[in-house]
Amino acid sequence: MALTIQVNGKSHEVQADAETPLLYALRNDLGLIGTRYGCGIGQCGTCTVIIDGKPVQSCDVPVSAVVGKQITTVEALGSDAAMHPLQQAFIAEQAAQCGYCSSGILMAAKALLDVNKDPSDADIRKALEGNLCRCGTHSRILRAIKRAAKEIRGA
Amino acid sequence: MAQANSPAPAPARKLPGSLDTNRRLDRWLNINADGTVTLYTGKVEIGQGILTAVMQMTAEELDINVSRLRLKAASTAFSPDEGITSGSRSIQESGLALRHVAAETRDLLLTRAAQKLGVTLESLTVADGVVSARGGGSVTYWELATPDLLAREATFDVTAKLPQEHVVVGTSLERVDIPNKVTGKPSFVQDMQPPGLLHGRICRPSGPKATLKSIDFKEVEQMPGVVAVVRDGSFLGVVAEREEQAIRAERRLARIAQWNNGPDLPANDPRHLLTLQAQAESEVINTKGDPATAGAKQFSAEYTKPYLAHASLAPSCALAHWGEGKDSGKVWIWTHSQGIYPLRGDMAQVLGLPEHDIIITHAEGAGCYGHNAADDVTLDAVLLARAVPGRPVRVQWMREDEFAWEPFSSPMVVKLNAALDDQGNIVNWSHELWSHAHSTRPGGKGGVNLLAAWHLEKPLPAAKPGNPPLPGGGSHRNAVPLYDFPNQKITNHLIRQSPLRTSALRALGGHANAYAIECFIDELAEAAGADPVEFRLRHLKDARAKAVIEKVAKMANWKPNEKGDGERGRGIAFARYKNLAAYIAVIAEVHIAEEVRVIKLWGAVDVGQAINPDGVINQIEGGMIQSASWTLKERVDFDKVGVTTRNWLDYPILSFVEVPEIEVALINRPDAPPVGAGEGTQGPVSGAIGNAIYNAIGARLRDMPFTRDRIVAALSA
Repeated sequence: MALTIQVNGKSHEVQADAETPLLYALRNDLGLIGTRYGCGIGQCGTCTVIIDGKPVQSCDVPVSAVVGKQITTVEALGSDAAMHPLQQAFIAEQAAQCGYCSSGILMAAKALLDVNKDPSDADIRKALEGNLCRCGTHSRILRAIKRAAKEIRGA
Repeated sequence: MAQANSPAPAPARKLPGSLDTNRRLDRWLNINADGTVTLYTGKVEIGQGILTAVMQMTAEELDINVSRLRLKAASTAFSPDEGITSGSRSIQESGLALRHVAAETRDLLLTRAAQKLGVTLESLTVADGVVSARGGGSVTYWELATPDLLAREATFDVTAKLPQEHVVVGTSLERVDIPNKVTGKPSFVQDMQPPGLLHGRICRPSGPKATLKSIDFKEVEQMPGVVAVVRDGSFLGVVAEREEQAIRAERRLARIAQWNNGPDLPANDPRHLLTLQAQAESEVINTKGDPATAGAKQFSAEYTKPYLAHASLAPSCALAHWGEGKDSGKVWIWTHSQGIYPLRGDMAQVLGLPEHDIIITHAEGAGCYGHNAADDVTLDAVLLARAVPGRPVRVQWMREDEFAWEPFSSPMVVKLNAALDDQGNIVNWSHELWSHAHSTRPGGKGGVNLLAAWHLEKPLPAAKPGNPPLPGGGSHRNAVPLYDFPNQKITNHLIRQSPLRTSALRALGGHANAYAIECFIDELAEAAGADPVEFRLRHLKDARAKAVIEKVAKMANWKPNEKGDGERGRGIAFARYKNLAAYIAVIAEVHIAEEVRVIKLWGAVDVGQAINPDGVINQIEGGMIQSASWTLKERVDFDKVGVTTRNWLDYPILSFVEVPEIEVALINRPDAPPVGAGEGTQGPVSGAIGNAIYNAIGARLRDMPFTRDRIVAALSA
């Protein structure tokens, strides 16, 4: 069936069954491969996108449930020419090893900073509780998010 | 590596690293007319930043900006064969090869420049590929290079720069791959979407010994989007137009397939190894002095670790395209395998194709930390692609497949005995270990090490499980203590056949061996009434070993004989990885309230010359956090039929809320050979946490993981 979803400010028609996970519509129909499969049951956070301001694991939500909502993926976080302060901070802190968790963590962090301009270390850790990193770059990621928050505040 | 004191005849001279077996210069580098340099390496990026480091080493010797380098993804079509990217050997093998190739290339270019400019070699200088003569006149590499320039073998006639001349090596150049990864660009094999792409999934047996009894899959063939169902013996897979259609079809296959479970698996206990003594290959790998020496006091202890999973964040994935028409009989493959050439060899045996018709190109996956399912999923993709020639097939394992079917790190048991003399010095030491194999990668002799190959109607048996030899070692890695004991005996009991498949995970046996040694050293220090730092230093002769221990003690402001308070405590541990690579000392601070929380980890590290210091620190930090996670939380579970660990709730790892603060210091030694940093932390972190727990609560936990249940049991004992 044809479903219309709003992704990164544009309207897209997707030909898929209603129960198709949003993740596969984003990746395979819209080519937005920055959102990645990790577990399929909302336990690891690699597929995190922002839906109406909230971080959501897109592997666990059917595409029919997001019709009429605003979806933002990592591709719309910034551009090569104008990276989001979070992206700049991840590079500055070299906050990645393999980078497979990066997109989901960036989106969870974006959702946090949108509602909390000056998060504490505990706030950031709590916001990332649903995101796993297997390479062990956690401390760099925490530093990068604090750095980005400071940058956004203009501090 | 050449051995000291090798018997006559004298060994032939060896070129550095992998250059010795891939001697053509143009196999490694090409100087392009457009002002760029193409670099070929057989090693692959697995999130460890290796490509950035080898680019630094190459740019350094060529005297060009790193931005001129264009790195080609490793492919059997053109890359040097460097075996497997493993064992923290990429700097030593690929880095040192490219360093030599670049130095020789610079030499050849300068010789041409001197002729062209009519000056002596001594009057030339180079800046970013521009060669200038002292008396005026200049020419660029890009003008000098011709296709024949590097069409020759490497010689022994050049020497690389001295460490004090380095300007690129030793700096923390930013990783070349991170910008794409934080902007959501295609970065992984999982992201490849060639035209006409189909999606495949595999329906695995009920357990490792199970076989497919019966299935009638007509109804699955009728499902929406299904292009093919493939059955070959107990191998069962499906290809569909859309990914979610393939997943749905695989779930239907799983519901209707009937399996024979095969013989029961044993109970999940590392000490099961001890019941297999009759199958063990037992070998005394080291003795010193008189191992029968008795001291004033005797001590013994037994330590274990369970099956561990690599648990890559991305389930394994591969793409395959089976040729049709004029390309019939050829297959193109994209994989995150750590060894594209060994994989090609195994693949040729399964497919009955000549190796040159199997073209394998590396594409990144998530961090793998050893031999995960990367190779297995590649054969899965090929077997499905063969059923649909002309269209590429992408197979990604589901999370539950990855947990159930990846090769695991072997359980281990380590029994230690020691004797102290009247002065509290260790006068005798014995280390016995029991383990399954730590290497069942493709490329094994006399068999095929790919999961699906064992399930085919005409199965290809697995190669004999391997154990890398000393000095690096496999199960016996780091079993010989670096401490200087007058008398010692080290025995390896290798039981190759295992209930669950085992293979290489970060540090191999070095994790359990170093962990056990370091805990036991603390037990002996206490018995001797000595401070753990002083006790270690007292038994070490190696100056670099002492330096990292002293450094970490200083960083953490360690107080001699410091005692925990019943909740908080600190512990130290040390190892030199493989006894020949990185020196690492760790202090852990823990807090215990039923559950153990690691509050902080300090690490002091000596990797010789640090090519990219921040890259080394990133690897060390990551290794420390991963080892803390193994130590506190991780164990693969199974029942009589198969693996029951299926998702992240079954296999929790350290979360953002739980990760400790980390502080790492490098002792940089530019004059010492560079060694890898990826694996050496694993044993010391486990040891330091075990010692910190004892320091905090006075209970010695010897069986990993140190879970809530075990803490509660220890506290009530």
